[in-house]
Amino acid sequence: MASPEIILAAAEAGHIVTAAAGTHVGTHGATHHEAPGLLDIIRNNLPALQVLVPLTLAPLITLLNNRNLSWLLAMVGTSVSLLIAVVLTTQVLDGSVISYALGNWAPPLGIELRVDAANALVLLIVAAIGTCAAIYARPSVDKELGMTEQPLFYTAFLLCFSGLLGVTITGDAFNLFVFLEISSLSTYALVAMGAKQDRRALNAAYNYLILGTVGATFYVIGLGLAYMMTGTLNMADLAQRLPDLMGSGTLWVAFGFITIGLATKLAMFPLHFWLPNAYTYAPSVVTGFLAATATKVAVYALIRFIFTVFGADFAVEAQLFGKVLLPLGLIGIIAGSLVAIWQVNAKRILAFSSVAQIGYMLVGLGLMSLTGLTATMLHMFNHALMKGALFFALGAVMWKLGGVTLDKMRGAGKLMPWTMAAFVGGGLSLVGVPTTVGFISKWYLLNAAFEREWYWLIAILLITSLMAAVYMWRVFEVAYLRPAPEGVQKGEAPLLLLIPTWALVLANFWFGLNATTTVNLAETAARGLLGLTGGAN
Amino acid sequence: MNHHLILRVITKILIPPILLFALYVQFHGDYGPGGGFQAGVIFAAAFVLYALIFGLDAANDVAPPHIVRGFTAVGWLLYIGVGVWSLFLGAPFLDYSVLAHDPIHGQHYGILLVEGGVGITVASTMITIFNYFAEHGRLPKEGDDD
Repeated sequence: MASPEIILAAAEAGHIVTAAAGTHVGTHGATHHEAPGLLDIIRNNLPALQVLVPLTLAPLITLLNNRNLSWLLAMVGTSVSLLIAVVLTTQVLDGSVISYALGNWAPPLGIELRVDAANALVLLIVAAIGTCAAIYARPSVDKELGMTEQPLFYTAFLLCFSGLLGVTITGDAFNLFVFLEISSLSTYALVAMGAKQDRRALNAAYNYLILGTVGATFYVIGLGLAYMMTGTLNMADLAQRLPDLMGSGTLWVAFGFITIGLATKLAMFPLHFWLPNAYTYAPSVVTGFLAATATKVAVYALIRFIFTVFGADFAVEAQLFGKVLLPLGLIGIIAGSLVAIWQVNAKRILAFSSVAQIGYMLVGLGLMSLTGLTATMLHMFNHALMKGALFFALGAVMWKLGGVTLDKMRGAGKLMPWTMAAFVGGGLSLVGVPTTVGFISKWYLLNAAFEREWYWLIAILLITSLMAAVYMWRVFEVAYLRPAPEGVQKGEAPLLLLIPTWALVLANFWFGLNATTTVNLAETAARGLLGLTGGAN
Repeated sequence: MNHHLILRVITKILIPPILLFALYVQFHGDYGPGGGFQAGVIFAAAFVLYALIFGLDAANDVAPPHIVRGFTAVGWLLYIGVGVWSLFLGAPFLDYSVLAHDPIHGQHYGILLVEGGVGITVASTMITIFNYFAEHGRLPKEGDDD
């Protein structure tokens, strides 16, 4: 049983911001006399608004059913979310926690939204990439989708966006499932919209639907077992009660189901089979958005369950790190990179590279140290930047050349120099060249391996970086060294495609050169997850 | 189905009670089993039954697909609208207590409106899904290649 003090403390924590604003919001309706100002309302409800703004605009788009307005509303929804994510991040940068009680039902009974450094980082990723994707969507969607489907596309996009934000921000394990389904169902629809270009998108979406649903079901079965044992669904409350039940068989099964369910969602080898086709046949903007956000959010959810809910001790006892995450992560890195080398479609190259990059994140977890966890958190952010940039650049190539098989991309470097320059920038970051973010995350991963004195791991990390250089080089080679096919005019993609692409490329270099902010945030997040007090220095 | 007199008559008799039962489940949801989701499905079942017996064209005359599609958004907005309304009254999102002069009535109206939103969206989504499948099934000549 949670003592009343805990509930009270949580309720107070929920209104830290409120108290500062000096209104009566924390108490019930009876004490509320004058309507508070709009600014106070916004300030008091930032965690709710984070999800609420895109979630409100999504049905409006369906209702208005207008192509131009849908794009505008999607832009508004994503950029307002980005603004809120930035404000929330600055509030938790010192290691503090914001708790928000939905419907004024105090946690653990009510649903709690909870922001700390770990999910603020993920909120930032999702909101930033979502904003870029919304700008990018306009020309790309015009080209790849029919005119009439567009409002529905933007509705699904905003739904997926708010679902991902919801998974990230919620402090309630069942609420996480609900948001996971909101984002997943809209993702299946988004992937299937690629059918206008290539009918195989339907097959890809169907495979994703089956595997994604299996994953979500596993998660909810595991959660059901944990609920049966504890009688609570609030993550913080679960975390308090689970240690007493250590050794219970039901709990092991629950842990197994939840881990495998989330591992399917994050495409951990060998549960990644949905990913390559879904990324290849989805519309360009969807691929860029999903590759940069969806798997990261699932990785975050797994981290949250391992460290916050079950606790690192439990996971160590279950031998999750040494016998599951580390070996499967390594196999994912090697197999993903190897397969990527032999692909003939640039989108598929990047898709298999994503499997490998997720492997890096899992290896970071498998290292079981503060540096390793920091490397994972960093790589989530950094990988979003590079894969976003790369897939968006490919989308621009798709816009002009009508395909991204290596054969179609011959001479693309001369035909569209700016687009391909962006692709090269993202590619360098993926390989891990110094001055890019890719280097920063690999550096931290190597450091963590050094700390453990696992020199074989360092060798594997270096070799797989070279493999990344090989598969990226194959694209660079056809784009720059092969002559363009006859009759294709030189010309750039529209600015609305280039601006978000280049913004992400520049972010790759910016955060590569000034890594302090992201490293601090990642380290604060890692410390918070491991229960070490104090922020990063 | 024009020659199936029994089916047509029975359907006509059954549809009003189905709709009424849906409304009962909807509004009794506060006190007993039921609520917006179940009510929405029952409500949509009446339309599906009508379409099965009298044809899709007749059903589309009763409930034009584009309007039904709009209602999926209306219910959703009603739900969120209640939450946003409580925000404007200075309470957290979806805090029904501030919606009326006292918390008990506030909670009552709040859940009623929210469940109403759920019911509208579920019913119209069900009808929309049915429409899509039925629409797909009746065009066998136009390049049905899958």
